[in-house]
Amino acid sequence: MNYSATEMMAVAAARVLTNDDICFVGIGTPSLACNLARLTHAPGITLIYESGTIGARPHVLPLSIGDPELSETARTTVAVPEMFQYWLQGGCISVGFLGGAQIDRYANINSSVIGSYEKPKVRLPGGGGAPEIASLCRKTYVVMAQSRRSFVERVDFITTFGYGEGGDHRQRLGIHTEGPTLVITDLCIMRPNLITKELEVTALHQGVTREQVIDATGWPVRFAERVEQTPPPTEAELSVLRDLQACTARAHGLEVGQND
Amino acid sequence: MTEFLALREAIAAYVHDGSTIALEGFTHLIPFAAGHEIIRQQKRNLTLVRMTPDLIYDQLIGMGCARKLIFSWGGNPGVGSLHRLRDAVEHGWPRPLEIEEHSHAAMAAAYGAGAAGLPCAILRAYQGSDLPRYNPNIRSITCPFTGEQLAAVPAIRPDLAIIHAQRADRAGNVLIEGIVGVQKEVVLAARHAIVTVEEIVDDLRAPSPNSVVLPSWTVSAVVAVPGGARPSYAHGYYRRDNAFYTAWDALSRDRERFLRWMEEHVLRECPAVPQP
Repeated sequence: MNYSATEMMAVAAARVLTNDDICFVGIGTPSLACNLARLTHAPGITLIYESGTIGARPHVLPLSIGDPELSETARTTVAVPEMFQYWLQGGCISVGFLGGAQIDRYANINSSVIGSYEKPKVRLPGGGGAPEIASLCRKTYVVMAQSRRSFVERVDFITTFGYGEGGDHRQRLGIHTEGPTLVITDLCIMRPNLITKELEVTALHQGVTREQVIDATGWPVRFAERVEQTPPPTEAELSVLRDLQACTARAHGLEVGQND
Repeated sequence: MTEFLALREAIAAYVHDGSTIALEGFTHLIPFAAGHEIIRQQKRNLTLVRMTPDLIYDQLIGMGCARKLIFSWGGNPGVGSLHRLRDAVEHGWPRPLEIEEHSHAAMAAAYGAGAAGLPCAILRAYQGSDLPRYNPNIRSITCPFTGEQLAAVPAIRPDLAIIHAQRADRAGNVLIEGIVGVQKEVVLAARHAIVTVEEIVDDLRAPSPNSVVLPSWTVSAVVAVPGGARPSYAHGYYRRDNAFYTAWDALSRDRERFLRWMEEHVLRECPAVPQP
């Protein structure tokens, strides 16, 4: 079965989630991956969206973080201050799943500005829940399409702290959670080096070469001693993924209000 | 005593040039109709507070109503940028916009502190982020018991909160269901509160003793505006118009096209329910 690099990324991201995870879900590819996991190998996973929905089981993917599908299918819906104070800050959440516009070699994420903060070339939407999702979930996974523009030596702005300048920077700031332990892209999987915390390639997706990854990375990227091969998507994974995306497109396209 | 007003009267009575106002609703129950009335009444120099500015603040900013924006995530959810917000920040069009940027956790806590009558919110936040370097309202405080350094942000106490809700009864008690966001907090934090509702009913039909109900004495004015949250949604009444949110990207990208759309759909003397 043929598949795209984007599909490989979603499948690889879904596979890292387990049935026991309590997962704080970002919108976009993280939400796609988390629901794919729920509909395949991890039916018991708890998906939490920052709109306050706990245990959401949407039939179609939400466009926004607060679509009606989320609260209609959730175990419970709590107020947003409660979500952040009790459930996130209280330490109830095992993994945060994030995206971003720009990431650097120490997995710091920029989702605020390209250029300077005061006079930005591009004003991006900003951090939303991400800064605290990344510091308060027990660990974080990041999923992002890889290119030289998005994988940079240093981010223009640290919206969401990963490993800062590397090493024990998290501990020095008094952050006790693990941080971004996995970065899943459309080419490969990266993990932080145990000591330096610099991201290293630990797996290449089927058919991807080291040169491709080097070309798509804005720093001289290192490869782990053992680089694994990501198994290609199975037919079952692909068909669930495509069904989910088709349902979603139909649901969003059928909504009323198209005009102009 | 809760007043029952028409939308035009409520906005005229409570929104003043230079006010700090918060139109809340976390994706759900966004008070679009009230925002449109503010645009029609050409209010100016507003400080707009909202966790997710969404399309409604994109419109208020693009129409020149805002002087300052306090926010925590300024995108079109699931679609991309808010082009009018970007144009104001990047190019000062139609006028420069001061921004005060937080994270969601801090904004939610700041509303909570406002509701609790405290001067600030304390939370474990912003560790390692560059945001505190550019926002002087993000400071730190030492816990007097453990010595832990924690973040502190000022409480949000707007002059006016505007929210949309499912229904109110004839005494002005309000019921909110579904994703309840920070609506209760913003109403309790603000000096005045306007609530637009889908319908005014004899019996509120609160489905549970734990339902989110704002007693009438917490609300300054109730306004019946069926469809008043469109293209956002009202749980139990109508769905989110995701197609419109997607279409807004192209409608708002260009200044002229944006102004034309606002002229046709908002500025022209409208029914109480502006259809998107």
